[in-house]
Amino acid sequence: MSLPYKILIGLEVHVQLLTETKLFCGCKTKFGAPPNSQTCPVCIGMPGVLPVMNKRAFELALKAALSLNSRIATYTKWDRKNYYYPDLPKAYQISQYDLPFAVGGGVEIETEAGKKHIRLIRVHLEEDAGKNTHSESGGDSLVDLNRAGTPLLEIVSEPDMTEPAEAKAYLETLRTLLLDLDVSDCEMQEGSLRCDANVNVHVTKDGKVYKTPVVEIKNMNSISAVERAISHEAQRQYEAWLQDGRVMGSSPKQTRGWDDIRGITKAQREKEEASDYRYFPEPDLVPVTVDDVLLEKVRKTFRESSAERKLRYQKDYGLSEYNANVLVDKGRAVADYFDELLRLKIDPKSAANWLINDVLAHTVGRIKVISDLAIDPVALSELILMVGSKKLNLNDAREKVLPEMIVSGRSAEVIAKEMGLEVVADTGAIEAIADQVIQDMAKAAADVRAGNMKAIGALVGQVMKRSGGKFPPAMVNEILTRKLQGG
Amino acid sequence: MFSREQVAKVASLARLHLTEEETGRMSHDLGAILEYVDQLNEVDTSGIEPLAHCLPIQNIFREDEVRPSLPVDEALANAPKRSGDFYSVPPILD
Amino acid sequence: MSLIDKTAAELLRHLAAGDVTSEQVTKAYCDRIEAQDSRVQAFLHFDPRRALEQAAAVDAKRRAGHKLGKLAGLPVAVKDVLCTRGERTSCGSKILQDFLPPYDAHVISRLRDEDAVLLGRVNMDEFAMGSSTENSAYAKTRNPWDLERIPGGSSGGSAAAVAASMAPLSIGTDTGGSVRQPAGYCGVVGMKPTYGRVSRYGLVAFASSLDQIGPMAWTVEDAAILLEVLAGHDPRDATCASREVPEYSKTVRTPIEGLKIGIVPEFFGSGLDPQVESAVKSAIDVLKKQGAKIVEVALPRAKYAIATYYIVATAEASSNLARYDGVHYGWRSLEFSDMVDMYSRTRGEGFGAEVKRRIMLGTFVLSAGYRDAYYVKALQVRRLIKEDFDRAFEKVDVIAGPVAPTPAFKLGEKVDDPLAMYLSDIYTVSTNLAGNPGISVPCGFTKSGLPIGLHLQAGSFGEETLLRVGHMLQSHTDWHERRPALQEN
Repeated sequence: MSLPYKILIGLEVHVQLLTETKLFCGCKTKFGAPPNSQTCPVCIGMPGVLPVMNKRAFELALKAALSLNSRIATYTKWDRKNYYYPDLPKAYQISQYDLPFAVGGGVEIETEAGKKHIRLIRVHLEEDAGKNTHSESGGDSLVDLNRAGTPLLEIVSEPDMTEPAEAKAYLETLRTLLLDLDVSDCEMQEGSLRCDANVNVHVTKDGKVYKTPVVEIKNMNSISAVERAISHEAQRQYEAWLQDGRVMGSSPKQTRGWDDIRGITKAQREKEEASDYRYFPEPDLVPVTVDDVLLEKVRKTFRESSAERKLRYQKDYGLSEYNANVLVDKGRAVADYFDELLRLKIDPKSAANWLINDVLAHTVGRIKVISDLAIDPVALSELILMVGSKKLNLNDAREKVLPEMIVSGRSAEVIAKEMGLEVVADTGAIEAIADQVIQDMAKAAADVRAGNMKAIGALVGQVMKRSGGKFPPAMVNEILTRKLQGG
Repeated sequence: MFSREQVAKVASLARLHLTEEETGRMSHDLGAILEYVDQLNEVDTSGIEPLAHCLPIQNIFREDEVRPSLPVDEALANAPKRSGDFYSVPPILD
Repeated sequence: MSLIDKTAAELLRHLAAGDVTSEQVTKAYCDRIEAQDSRVQAFLHFDPRRALEQAAAVDAKRRAGHKLGKLAGLPVAVKDVLCTRGERTSCGSKILQDFLPPYDAHVISRLRDEDAVLLGRVNMDEFAMGSSTENSAYAKTRNPWDLERIPGGSSGGSAAAVAASMAPLSIGTDTGGSVRQPAGYCGVVGMKPTYGRVSRYGLVAFASSLDQIGPMAWTVEDAAILLEVLAGHDPRDATCASREVPEYSKTVRTPIEGLKIGIVPEFFGSGLDPQVESAVKSAIDVLKKQGAKIVEVALPRAKYAIATYYIVATAEASSNLARYDGVHYGWRSLEFSDMVDMYSRTRGEGFGAEVKRRIMLGTFVLSAGYRDAYYVKALQVRRLIKEDFDRAFEKVDVIAGPVAPTPAFKLGEKVDDPLAMYLSDIYTVSTNLAGNPGISVPCGFTKSGLPIGLHLQAGSFGEETLLRVGHMLQSHTDWHERRPALQEN
């Protein structure tokens, strides 16, 4: 791919933090609740009410910033960002202006071209706005304040990305990291992860570099949309530059919205004083100081990262790289399911095989929690243990018992018994039939005694046949061998 | 002096409709007040940290505990215009 | 002596002793309001039936032998800026003319907890912006000592209600002198506690870093009783101190011997009415006779307080009042062309002239290109002013001076000159900038019979000292026992 320009991409990512309640009041932050059912005087911005900071929100924010290797400020404060919009009930957003709680840091990304470090400018904690629904027919717009006041982490990168694929990798890496930390559920569809992109291009012509004006792209609702929007916008800027030759500084920063259906970015209406937010320190909140004790407390809540988990699966349990990757990349619920099977004394390799080959194959829809998987791990472990203790054939277990367990929710033991699939492992019963078969098939028995082990197959087959297939073949083999060869 | 143009610009920032008469009055009053507050320039404030909070209170948090929200009807009871369970506002253009 | 001439402390003793019921006390005040308020116009919302119901409930509780609160059965008038559940809280503004809060301000909850009777809601300058109560959208409250004059502001209704014996206690709010200045003009006691002493939850904000709620009464002892109820920690206000509340009503009687009282020479300079000056100086002499030591102190940056105040307060106000935009509550204009026009017309029609002026000033001083020169500069001077006070209070326990440069002025006298109006707060605004407590105590009258107030300030959380000094003054003067001669019906 050779473009006549170089793209510079900086991303502004907003993620909603996984708290029970809003940043400044005790209203729930549950997604999808009926309109205006999760509001109170504080998040409606009624006169006289005051915000009080959610401790968990701040700790989650610290956790995210620590793992992004940002420098945590020892002193931080909040500011008011003033602007009018119906989804912003106080007409100011409580955000952070000149003293964000974290600055710097970065993320390692990997694309086909290799590894790259993307630097961060800052990370800050602010409140979300509500939601406006615009009418298609030009009627009134409707305002729902359920989302107003939800804690939001803003992560701003340097314009270090030069390919749309890098933006994609950056978002995916960030998403995995935040999911690993349990800081956000990062659902772009639900808006708990949102991304705006600042894009411009550098064109080199006759030894001179021309930089097009930076455009902020909004309304991108998936990671692939981000990739497509940036590609389109870069080309559009290049073509615009060919036309008008305009470069950075000649006009204020423009905001364009991504139209996913048409695949283009469209200029958004300029707000005349859009940049004059009149920031000033929020007098209703007090500053926060962060010391080592708090940072240590937050560090203690760190969990194993996805990369660490993959390594552990390979090193400690001898899984293949492929299997380890599948278990971890399918989402934390799958890996947690795997760990649960191990806790239920299932051997790692069969746990991985069952989970990857059978459970996932039977699972439909999104997997967010363990209960989203087709079968409960305890029930599955009973099935695996039956196979392990030779009470059930592996094939029967996979083909017949598991599907029935999923459908009916009944236990493996009940189903196996009902289907008559239970393997009888009674040594006495096997020995009795084995003695009969040795008598009836004297020729084959003699061959075995003479050392021709191939002949034992016929004997085993006969014993199995007479048992109705209920004896474990290995046990039959073992008993016959012992009887004929003196074991 | 605080010109009528400056008044108009600030009024638009503050979403404040002013009549012609009010604009003239505002231009005069703000001019006088700003002239008065210019005396602050007599004070040497180099190296002085701005004081936003009087009390040395820091690190005040609440626990992440759910408190009851208002019933929808109570939340919307003061709304000047309501449509279903939403606040209703004139169409917002993108 | 009729019930309405008694102090709150006396009424509480009579109520506790069973000499009188809350219904009788409340009825006496309701009658007084009905007789006098058409002239004074202190009350915006007054419903005698509801007041008497509350009184009857307290009486029943008392008869049943239940434990009663510290203000059991005592009527209290409340400034219309304190949200009260289900009661019209208009802040003297058209823009909130029909606003019914679904919550109680912290101080309203405290009054309810202590079994007070919420007597009614009193007038104020719109959103507490003003020094004369002439900026109310609803009524022009009069000074009970001279009905041609303003009661001061913004808590003019609170001051006038007490001065006209229409309430034994009232609550005001003070952002730059709004409790102390009207107290001085109306000849009653008014206190602004330390910033953070009283929770601001439910107080409709004017300037959040300056606003405080304070008690108003005839006597310092009564103010102490009310402050004891209002003060204290509230987890809903992050700026509220968690420090314990002293028993002000008891410590108020501690002698003041050995206390050092600071005098700032510049406070007695030009612009001070000579009658005010001599009354204030006589009061300081009274305190000296009671064993206080008088020491000169300097507040070199105090002269910049008004300029600093009008930048800081209006900047915060421009943001605090941005929420009144006709979307979620309050007034919405009836005619507009689009969303932005709806905002502008709603605000243009809903706010009065002074509020608009301050929103404009505050918006300007925060706007791009001016923020550093005005807003940040003012915050720097604010620190210097506070440091001046901190240094002074290392040397003295209180600073004494006039509350206002003149006695109450006439209605309409300063409405067209905002700067002249602002200067009536010249002695009080620095207290708010520094976050310190201050109290206004009656200390005399002009020849024409207008009250004069003594202003006492202390360092952070020095309320006890202020109350002691104020009480000592009242123990040796009788200014607080005089009553305005209001015409009887």
